[in-house]
Amino acid sequence: MQAKELAVLMDEPACSHNTKAKSGCAPAKPGASDGGCAFDGAQIALLPIADVAHIVHGSIACAGSSWDNRGTRSSGPRLYRTGMTTDLNEQDVIMGRGEKRLFHGIDQAIRDHSPAAVFVYNTCVPALVGDDFEAVCRAAEKHFGLPVVPVDAAGFYGTKNLGNRLAGEAMLRYVIGTGEPDPLPARAQRPGIPVHNINLIGEYNIAGEFWQVLPLLDELGLRIICSLSGDARFRQVQAMHHAEVNMVVCAKALLNVARKMQDQYGIPWFEGSFYGVQDTSDALRSFARLLADSGLIQRTEALIAREEARINQLLEPWRNRLRGKRVLLYTGGVKSWSIVSALQDLGMTVVATGTKKSTEEDKARIREIMGEDAKMLTEGSPRALLDTINEYRADLLIAGGRNMYTALKARIPFLDINQEREFGYAGYDGMLELARQLCLTLESPIWSGLREPAPWHKVDEVNHG
Amino acid sequence: MAEVIKSNKPLTVNPLKVSQPMGAILAFLGIDQAIPMLHGSQGCSAFAKVFFVRHFREPIPLQTTAMDQTTTVLGADDNVTQGLETIIEKRRPRMIGVATTGLSETQGSDIQGLVKRYCQQHPDETTALVPVVTPDYSGGLETGYALAVEGMIRHLVPEDTSRVGEQAQQINVLAPSMLTGADLDYLRDLLESFGLRPVILPDLSDSLDGHLMDQDFVPVTTGGTPVEAFESLGRACRTLVIGHSLHRAADLLKARTGVPDLRFDSLMGLAATDQLVQALHELTGKPVPARLERQRSQLQDAQLDSHFMLGFARFAIAADPELLFSLSALVAEMGGEVVAAVSPHKAHILSRVPCEQVVLGDLEDLENQARAGRAQVLISNSHADETARRLGLPLIRAGWPIYDRLGAQHQLWIGYQGGRDTLITLANQLLAVSHRHEIPARVSIYSKPEPTCEVPHAALETG
Repeated sequence: MQAKELAVLMDEPACSHNTKAKSGCAPAKPGASDGGCAFDGAQIALLPIADVAHIVHGSIACAGSSWDNRGTRSSGPRLYRTGMTTDLNEQDVIMGRGEKRLFHGIDQAIRDHSPAAVFVYNTCVPALVGDDFEAVCRAAEKHFGLPVVPVDAAGFYGTKNLGNRLAGEAMLRYVIGTGEPDPLPARAQRPGIPVHNINLIGEYNIAGEFWQVLPLLDELGLRIICSLSGDARFRQVQAMHHAEVNMVVCAKALLNVARKMQDQYGIPWFEGSFYGVQDTSDALRSFARLLADSGLIQRTEALIAREEARINQLLEPWRNRLRGKRVLLYTGGVKSWSIVSALQDLGMTVVATGTKKSTEEDKARIREIMGEDAKMLTEGSPRALLDTINEYRADLLIAGGRNMYTALKARIPFLDINQEREFGYAGYDGMLELARQLCLTLESPIWSGLREPAPWHKVDEVNHG
Repeated sequence: MAEVIKSNKPLTVNPLKVSQPMGAILAFLGIDQAIPMLHGSQGCSAFAKVFFVRHFREPIPLQTTAMDQTTTVLGADDNVTQGLETIIEKRRPRMIGVATTGLSETQGSDIQGLVKRYCQQHPDETTALVPVVTPDYSGGLETGYALAVEGMIRHLVPEDTSRVGEQAQQINVLAPSMLTGADLDYLRDLLESFGLRPVILPDLSDSLDGHLMDQDFVPVTTGGTPVEAFESLGRACRTLVIGHSLHRAADLLKARTGVPDLRFDSLMGLAATDQLVQALHELTGKPVPARLERQRSQLQDAQLDSHFMLGFARFAIAADPELLFSLSALVAEMGGEVVAAVSPHKAHILSRVPCEQVVLGDLEDLENQARAGRAQVLISNSHADETARRLGLPLIRAGWPIYDRLGAQHQLWIGYQGGRDTLITLANQLLAVSHRHEIPARVSIYSKPEPTCEVPHAALETG
């Protein structure tokens, strides 16, 4: 990919980060970086499309250490869990046999797995060698009569965030607008409930959490044309341009998809989240508002009232157990405030939150919810996190999986909030699971034993102290 | 014994291979107060970090030279210098292992030269620096690990053959990637029981055995072979070399130090363990400890009990070459049959795997071979879970990575005790599915129809 094409992608007018200095998109520093690469980001964004053969074109490291390691769930096909790579060897690299291997590889994937489409992810080594993988994809598409989508996302192009964007760009360029939605099943047509078509962008159905929200959308007559990309099918991505509204779920990374769909197809969009009672209700309201359907607005309010009453009653016993507990939250960007309100909802105090990837708007919002003296952490090194926990007497760290062992080794309760987690927190019912997991770690009987010295050391202290 | 054939297909489906840089990282993690740095794009190390964090359930110190678009095209030599400076300043490690990747090797980076130049520019630097060339387009975890061990010997062991046996009790151990922390602990106890003082290189049983310490955070490895130990290797009486993959490293160590070595391909099962124990008995002149004799008799008893299940049992195994060899030998020792053997890359040891054919391939090959050979039990890493689900077979987890079960590092496979435990585990898997091989009930055409009984032969199932 050309440097100028990348520069265009780095410029995302809809992103509030665009005009601000921010470390999230800054070049990585040798010896002090721990983020993923562009390939990582592209793969994460598209892998959940379940009926596609995802081929990683490159040497083994890219697919070998990352295939089938996401917590995303499918209600049908499991093809996305089959790892495929051209596994280039030294001879392929030296003799330039990568393109040939890729072409035959696409053939093999189509023959053996009958996918709905093939996605090919370009990686560092073939990008550097100069394989024209886009030409191979074009030739294969023509030859096999099946969509073969190039996703040009070599790791050295940039960060994970850029990779998300490259993935979105590939969908816009090659997939969206190339198909029609499935016909509406007769049983789904209910009198008095008009059907509205919507898309979700940036929802990955981690641990199946979106299935806790889906029945509510069904009930309201909101039909998901496509969720990009949790539990998605290729033909659903093709038909995304038929939506009336796009919701960008909790992520800045795929904003380019929403913005360009507004430019090209006139589809309005909003940013929202399904984490927390308040945010879930707000998201539902936003759909109704943008769809400007008074009946829907009424039914939405009724549903929200019913669901909030139900969940508040169920949450009450948990709130009693969690009230006053102090939390240090370390996640990037939008989640820094969307989770804050969810935690406050449970009666907890958020003593500090990470703002490494947040914009000024995000920060203003944080001050609004947490008060003026909210501590904002710009650095996420293990040392900085632990010092903040001690200083602010936090009872718990909520962060991504890579920080899990930072907390545990320091004998601090921990909750995983990122991709690899095993529990779904989305929607009203997700709050129950969140409360349960919080209590599980906070109230665990193991902590006192871990923090106290061994009995014989205690005796020593008494004798010598 | 085995014919080694290459799976001839353009696409690798459900990869078994873990890349060479991963092996190098693993070896470096076995050194105390060390940190590996990959010379590549930051994704190379981010994936590696997640991989090992999930396997060990431990924090993993690991850094990257973070090559981007510009440095990839114009040269990333400064990234290496800058990376080393930053790590040394921020983390004060005793050793940094620098491994290259497919990206930096394709670019043409000269890592040996770069590190040498760094040392010349920083003459007072006390942190040991070990560069190693490990592109991911050749080899795999096992070879990358071996290259890193060889690299550490090359850069840290002084050339001096005059001091052999100065430490008469010291025995060096070159430990391969197939041994778990528990295996190394067992081996250490075994050697100590003969009055020897083992120096294990690298020692993952000390760094990644999942221990809780007083300090809340340490930015480097928290255990492993001390860097000073490399200088003492030349004073040992012997070097114990486990695994075929470390022969090159062993040759180098022998040439550097003059310390004679003892080499073993596997420590799994009765015969392999007997060989080691006999060698130690001869070396030290000490009697075999009674406790060991007892363990040996327990393994023999387990062989008696389990041979009913394991004899003729059909196994499908996919693992790195040495582990594949060791497991297959263990199965063969019990009269079992390896009907599918898959290795991610070639190695000399593969031709000696006791089975008809070893396929160089992936988990898809394992699946096809296992189905064709009507395998009863699969042995492979966690990724084979989907394979096992499709085949409807039990999976014994071994190798890299194991992310969906706890305690991979605490599982003992080697020696008399590990052999006993493994035989029991394998036999129990076969017992658990034995009802599937039961003879279906037949009712005589002359008998009167009766209501079907839910558990017709409960006694037979377990008996």
